[in-house]
Amino acid sequence: MSEPVGHRPQTRREKSISALKRALGTSGGSRRAVSDPGRMGYVFSAPYFFHLALFFGYPLLFALILVFHRWDIVTPMEFIGLRNISRLLQDDLFFRAIRNTGFFLVIHIPLQIIVALFFAELLNAKLKGRSFFRTVYFLPVVVSGVVVAILFQQLFAFETGYINGVISALGGDRVPWLVSPAWAMPSIALMATWKNVGFYVILFLTGLQNIPDSMYEVAYLEGATTWQRWTQVTLPLLNPMLVTVVVLSTIGGFSLFIEPYLLTGGGPLSSTLSALLYIYNQAFYFNHMGYAAALGIFFALIIFVVVLLQRRFVEEDIY
Amino acid sequence: MKKPFAYIALVGGALVFAYPFVWMMLATFKPEMEIGRLALLPSEWTLESYRLVFESIPIGRSFLNSLVVVLIVTSSALLFGSMAGYAFTKINFRGRDAGYNIILFTMMVPFMVLLIPLYTLIVKFGWTDSLVGLIVPFMMNATAVLILRQSFLTIPTDLIEAARIDGCSEWRILFTIVWPLSIPALTTAGIIVFIGNWNEVLWPIMVVRNEDWMTMPQMVALFSVGGGAQSKLGPQLAAAFMLGLPIIIAFLLFQRHFISSLATSGLKG
Repeated sequence: MSEPVGHRPQTRREKSISALKRALGTSGGSRRAVSDPGRMGYVFSAPYFFHLALFFGYPLLFALILVFHRWDIVTPMEFIGLRNISRLLQDDLFFRAIRNTGFFLVIHIPLQIIVALFFAELLNAKLKGRSFFRTVYFLPVVVSGVVVAILFQQLFAFETGYINGVISALGGDRVPWLVSPAWAMPSIALMATWKNVGFYVILFLTGLQNIPDSMYEVAYLEGATTWQRWTQVTLPLLNPMLVTVVVLSTIGGFSLFIEPYLLTGGGPLSSTLSALLYIYNQAFYFNHMGYAAALGIFFALIIFVVVLLQRRFVEEDIY
Repeated sequence: MKKPFAYIALVGGALVFAYPFVWMMLATFKPEMEIGRLALLPSEWTLESYRLVFESIPIGRSFLNSLVVVLIVTSSALLFGSMAGYAFTKINFRGRDAGYNIILFTMMVPFMVLLIPLYTLIVKFGWTDSLVGLIVPFMMNATAVLILRQSFLTIPTDLIEAARIDGCSEWRILFTIVWPLSIPALTTAGIIVFIGNWNEVLWPIMVVRNEDWMTMPQMVALFSVGGGAQSKLGPQLAAAFMLGLPIIIAFLLFQRHFISSLATSGLKG
């Protein structure tokens, strides 16, 4: 897949081209143009790899060094061995942030998949105006998370918020969206779903449109009910997309920052403290650069393991 | 599914996703007192919220900062990304596949691993409180390379070789032959980098503390959370609305490109 077509013949063709040129006695200028490409490969990719070495390679290695040091970025680094790691393993807030992210994902992922599948299925029918609806559903996806968070700060407000206003006008009890530790994270998950679901509608729609009609025809001829067609044809064939959606949502969940930063500051009672917010606080409130780097690596390892498990689980579950 | 039901559900969904934005737009013209009420339209139209925003923060300047950052980052990602993508597809050189695999590897490493060491590097370079610190680390983009490479693979190698025989330099081949054939991929990669960078807020919050160099999302976020808005909702919503509007307009104009580009980033990124 990564090999361009005609990898080998190309060199052979190049050879014959230069042979032709020698025979024709073409000038040195064009000979250079033919033999240069190899060198130009380095010239063309050098800026990228120089940048990569400086802004990816170096920080990656430095992260591994930082883990073993205490550093407030002002005074010299102090080697402390494994103390950052042992501290991390006893850090209640670290585990709190993991649990919070897990809680977020447990609400966010199923909700997102159900809502996205529902609308994707509706949009997959050849209805009039579907491109209008697609556009509207996608709108929150392109808008900055800052806009969405400020908007929901109002919508979720306990006394003056729009949602509670509607609920109490209908005679219900006001919901303590962001003010109660039990509700704060579900509220943020709800908001994140509202913001992102349009993206997943499009992904599922792509997946649905890739299912050949003949598959449904076979199911129809076999006398399958709508529900059977859905569970026997649609879902299994949608599985790769389902994996993609679960993995992307998981990575998105671990990148949660601006929503709790703006809406709750991680509270109430650390109930919305996210992984990134905790790293940010360690680095910028307490100047614990070494510890913050250790947290970054640990959260990344956790993402890695979770994603691996999800791939396995989702793949096995459906078939 | 039955048609009427499908339409009711689709319209209901449209209301859920669009109504909050409409409400927000109108709320920015309401007197502060009225924002908590359920009425959609203001009883009396006022620009007081906007006046307060412009009075308390240099939001216009932050818009220009964002624009400078995002334009340089996007054009650089496209330029260097297409150079690398071209080298990966149309030039044979030793280490090419290894280089490509390294780029794939960089995409698997979550940004939170690099966050702190990258920040300390920026401090070391003295690039905090400057646009340089916001631009330089993001001038190359792996997703852009992937998308451009994918598109360049479809360009026949014969075409490139014919140009080489004619004495065309690799630079000219890239800019006058490959680029015009890759407008869709350049658009896709450009939109992905543009949106991602425009909406980025964690990195600016870390690197810039001086109001003069803040990006727009950062400034609006800090205005809201930092007490600049004196916990008044009107100015916060007005600032947020101004932040969202350019993207909303761009999106409504080019929605097809936006949707397919961002979906691509999800599938390949």
